Amino acid sequence: MSAPSGGGASRDGYGAALLEMVGDDRVVVLEADLGKSTKSCLFRAEKPSHTVSLGIAEQNMMLVAAGLSTSGYVPFASTFAIFTERGFEQVRNGIARPNIVVHLCGSHGGIHTGTDGSSAQSIEDLAIYRTLPNMTVMHPCDDISAKALTLALRQHERPSYMRTARNKVQRAYTEESAAQLQIGKGYVHRTGDDVAIIACGVLLNEALDAAESLSQQGIEATVVDMHTIKPLDTELIVDLAKRCGAIVTAEDHSIIGGLGGAVSECIVSEHPVPVERIGVQDRFGESGGSDELLEMLHMKANDISKAAQRAISRR
Amino acid sequence: MAERGMGLDIAELEMMAKRCRRNIVRMVYGIGAGHPGGSLSAIDMLTGLYGHRLRVDTNDSTWANRDRFIMSKGHASPGVYSILHERGFLSESDLWTYRKLGGRCQGHVDMKWCPGVDFSAGSLGMGLSFGIGCALAATLDGSDRTAWVMLGDGELQEGQIWEGVMAAVHHEIGNLNVIVDRNGIQNDDFCETQMRMFDVAEKFAAFGWAVMEIDGHDMQQVVNAIDWADQVTDGPACIVMHTIKGKGVSYMENNPKFHGAAPSEAQFNLAMEELA
Repeated sequence: MSAPSGGGASRDGYGAALLEMVGDDRVVVLEADLGKSTKSCLFRAEKPSHTVSLGIAEQNMMLVAAGLSTSGYVPFASTFAIFTERGFEQVRNGIARPNIVVHLCGSHGGIHTGTDGSSAQSIEDLAIYRTLPNMTVMHPCDDISAKALTLALRQHERPSYMRTARNKVQRAYTEESAAQLQIGKGYVHRTGDDVAIIACGVLLNEALDAAESLSQQGIEATVVDMHTIKPLDTELIVDLAKRCGAIVTAEDHSIIGGLGGAVSECIVSEHPVPVERIGVQDRFGESGGSDELLEMLHMKANDISKAAQRAISRR
Repeated sequence: MAERGMGLDIAELEMMAKRCRRNIVRMVYGIGAGHPGGSLSAIDMLTGLYGHRLRVDTNDSTWANRDRFIMSKGHASPGVYSILHERGFLSESDLWTYRKLGGRCQGHVDMKWCPGVDFSAGSLGMGLSFGIGCALAATLDGSDRTAWVMLGDGELQEGQIWEGVMAAVHHEIGNLNVIVDRNGIQNDDFCETQMRMFDVAEKFAAFGWAVMEIDGHDMQQVVNAIDWADQVTDGPACIVMHTIKGKGVSYMENNPKFHGAAPSEAQFNLAMEELA
């Protein structure tokens, strides 16, 4: 299936989804001085009555959202992914533990955020939120899928964390294909029986490019957008392990604890096959262009191709 | 439609507070653990709130239009459980589940376990923010329900408190009232030795809050302060109540050892005599 043309950043999809919710008086949007960046500003412009500015104070924002939720509202709170982590214990004790439905969005996640440098490049958010009982953890790849999944959250009865990215990437979805997205179900973009590449976020495009080049070498890869890291689509993963016998994970995140960690845990327990993990190799990033950083950290399509061959050779 | 408070006069409220004090000590003694000191310092205000002011429905603890009470210093749970028993949310036998497996009365107050509890506490510093959310929701609903938050004085050392203190003024949250239990003692020792806070009332006032200081063990002052806070509708109100940690039990009074410790058998018997 050919990728739709044009580019979109997942944060734009988040903003577009919020905008589509302005008619729902249950929805409230919370900001911590980064609404222009996370794109909650689009909602604010249309519905200031239901937008709460909390200033540069993320810990407070988490619990204000919780209080609104227990009073019948559906709060969407956003800031940079890295700054959500400042309120981690607030999310743990104030939101996840009592299972209060708050939807947290961390934008500008991953090293893809680029020139701001390592302080802004959250590479551990998916891992830490995944450890919390009751939490749903997502990382969509483009604006169209981010919009669809954000809209789906309005009916989701658990707290969630969604990481979005700053930069535009080539779109992997059309409105039609995104309409099939379900929280907790991986989306198969391409089917092959030699290796399965399970990707999320901005690395989905790299995974699709890798599959193209592998195909030219006679290796057919399945490529899955695992936009939901928790609850993990273990049924699909086990099926891929059985069918392909070799798996590569690809994410703009530490190889520890994120998508690669989650898939590995599943595989080890359910159907052990070789797994190669593409991601940030237990180090911090630095300033640079998105592509330069992906290249330096061995997270490009050719790195995924090589990992696929390694996984196959270990089979 | 539930009523405000329970229609009790000052003498009746004082009697209720004394019954609560006995149950606080019984709960902590029964399980051999827990936090008596901050429960005993807070109990007169808790009695004032539940006996005089809060509009809640004992038959429907999740009634949407109830006033919210948020015990941010969640370790003072025996105080909360004792007053929830008086108000009719908990049976006496519920009280003896304190800190026990499967019990309604968890170590720290928990909305998922205990009817009448609006907030799952345990980590200091979070309740004010939650109360802001509850108050904002009431305003969006066009409801006259109010949010009452009790903070410990040691708790004020958490940075999140001051994020909330700023936000409540910025958003001019008139249906939010805070009570600071200024008992002067925290886990390890006197607040003066851990982190001095100087004049707490002045700090809230400096942020733009309406502030009233009272003796938190004088029931008439407690009731007056609650009524005063209700009249402050153009922004948040703060009652700084000066209290004695462990109030009512001689050897616990102003004694840091009884922040989080149970009495011995002899001490328990003495407490029961003193609270008879």
